[in-house]
Amino acid sequence: MDTLREVLEFYRERPDEVLELAWMHTELSLIALAIGTAIFVPLGILFARWTAGGSAAVGVVASLRVIPSIALIFLFYPLLGFGYQPALVALTILAGPPLILNTYAGMRQVDASVLEAARGVGMNPAQVFFKVHLPLALPVIIAGMRSASVEIFASATLASFIGVRTLGQYIVTGISLLDTTYLLAGGLLIVALVLSAEIILGGFERLVRVPAA
Amino acid sequence: MSRQQQERDPQGGSAIRLENLSKQYPNSPHPAVDNVSLDIEPGEFVVFLGPSGCGKTTLLKMVNRIYEPTGGKIWIDKTEVHELAAPQLRRQIGYVIQQTGLFPHMRIADNVATVPRLLKWKKARINRRVEELLDLVGLPPESYARRYPAQLSGGEQQRVGLARALAAEPSTMLMDEPFGALDAITRNRLQEELLRIHRQIKQTILFVTHDIDEAVRLADRIVVLRQGKVEQFATPLEIISNPANDFVAELVGAEDVLRRMSLIPIASAATAINGQRNVDDPTISGSSFLRDAIGTMVETGSERLSVVDEDGHPVKSLTMEDIQQAVSTSDAEENASERRATSASD
Ligand SMILES: Nc1ncnc2c1ncn2[C@@H]1O[C@H](COP(=O)(O)OP(=O)(O)OP(=O)(O)O)[C@@H](O)[C@H]1O
Ligand SMILES: [Mg+2]
Repeated sequence: MDTLREVLEFYRERPDEVLELAWMHTELSLIALAIGTAIFVPLGILFARWTAGGSAAVGVVASLRVIPSIALIFLFYPLLGFGYQPALVALTILAGPPLILNTYAGMRQVDASVLEAARGVGMNPAQVFFKVHLPLALPVIIAGMRSASVEIFASATLASFIGVRTLGQYIVTGISLLDTTYLLAGGLLIVALVLSAEIILGGFERLVRVPAA
Repeated sequence: MSRQQQERDPQGGSAIRLENLSKQYPNSPHPAVDNVSLDIEPGEFVVFLGPSGCGKTTLLKMVNRIYEPTGGKIWIDKTEVHELAAPQLRRQIGYVIQQTGLFPHMRIADNVATVPRLLKWKKARINRRVEELLDLVGLPPESYARRYPAQLSGGEQQRVGLARALAAEPSTMLMDEPFGALDAITRNRLQEELLRIHRQIKQTILFVTHDIDEAVRLADRIVVLRQGKVEQFATPLEIISNPANDFVAELVGAEDVLRRMSLIPIASAATAINGQRNVDDPTISGSSFLRDAIGTMVETGSERLSVVDEDGHPVKSLTMEDIQQAVSTSDAEENASERRATSASD
């Protein structure tokens, strides 16, 4: 209870800084998620349409998943140096595997007879894609965005190790000062952000889900 | 039945002509469809019948260009199907498949409205048409229009598939085993309703099945296929009483006396009323079949029936002897003894 009171006291002492860091954390994460979605969802769609090599390509992506995010962030340090851009690139790449894998699975899982019926009633290829194929894959794609956002929001913490202001700031300070209040104050907010991202995207997912019996 | 059906004129169907139609899949030794030529009359209900893998689906799907033929032509009225862009062609052809292919993310009304929307009908016209169609296939719009496909039974989903295919009043319908996955009662009911709709609208229907009873029940003419070739193209009665060869005879169970009796109209067996007529004879309608007559005889215990016209006036009489006579005549036509000898040897 005492520690909790200390954490609340911590927030009360510097509300502006807490809000600013939380916002910068969120902004960095959302930009990475947006760029990642714009790149990797189309890529997943291409893989799903690529009959010859699609599943092999997706296998390679799946194996990339084992690279931990901390390695990714520091891997980019010698390449792109310190600061915002390398952090953004690393976080965007982190979103790749969940987005590609889910998009691929979502597109491939759509019933072939439904797609054939769409052609059969006279939809042109674009109509088949936008009216039938994509909407039916959307819940799985959004589930991919959900896991991507969890990874991004959690890993945005690490960006502070290469000089970007996020909630990771409190973790960095907490470690160097060996101060648990800093660690807890930062950690709690990060968990709160991760959970909100999860809940919001989960809501979207339910919204587009195909109604069952 | 209901209001809308009097509103609309029956529009009739297209003439369909297949000309040396062939389909050879890559990496396959035999053509799936082998040089098929058929002339199908406007408004005809044609059933393609044959064992699994004989090419029924392949043939059907070439008509709306889901598959492209490797040879031959398909004419719908005056147009060869390749003269149109495939989507334009398909919007004029109703298409129903066994898996229904309903769009699971769309409400029933939106599923049914698909083709009219592609054709850019006015909203009010689409709404009217959707209600009319749901009524037509026996799904009251009040309780079905806003549901999703997963919230319907298999039979109801198949009705929606039928309504969707009928939506833009196509003059041709392609149906690939639409009732194949349904239980017998539901299948019977849907067959009945399909016949009613066909009588009313008179589209040309190409219907695939491997169920002989379904074929006999629905078809004006049956196409029997075997390894991509047409073995026989004739009316159900003709096919059952006079199969072109052993393959057809065995496929349709031509030896099945009851099946044959279900196809022979009473009118063709009954004899003129002679002195023996008894006013107590049970009556039977002249428009039913020998099988119904047998049923009535067994039920009533009478060996003689009085055949009545639509107004209930006795016009002819029918005895057990007449029935035996009619059945054995059709027996002789099909050279049954020879066939039984061959089928007994396998
Ligand atoms: N896409 C395809 N690629 C290669 N061969 C195919 C393809 N589709 C069908 N075939 C082959 O063509 C032949 C005819 O198949 P088709 O599906 O037309 O038969 P069917 O009469 O509809 O059978 P069923 O009653 O089982 O549905 C079969 O030998 C089948 O293996
Ligand atoms: Mg088939």
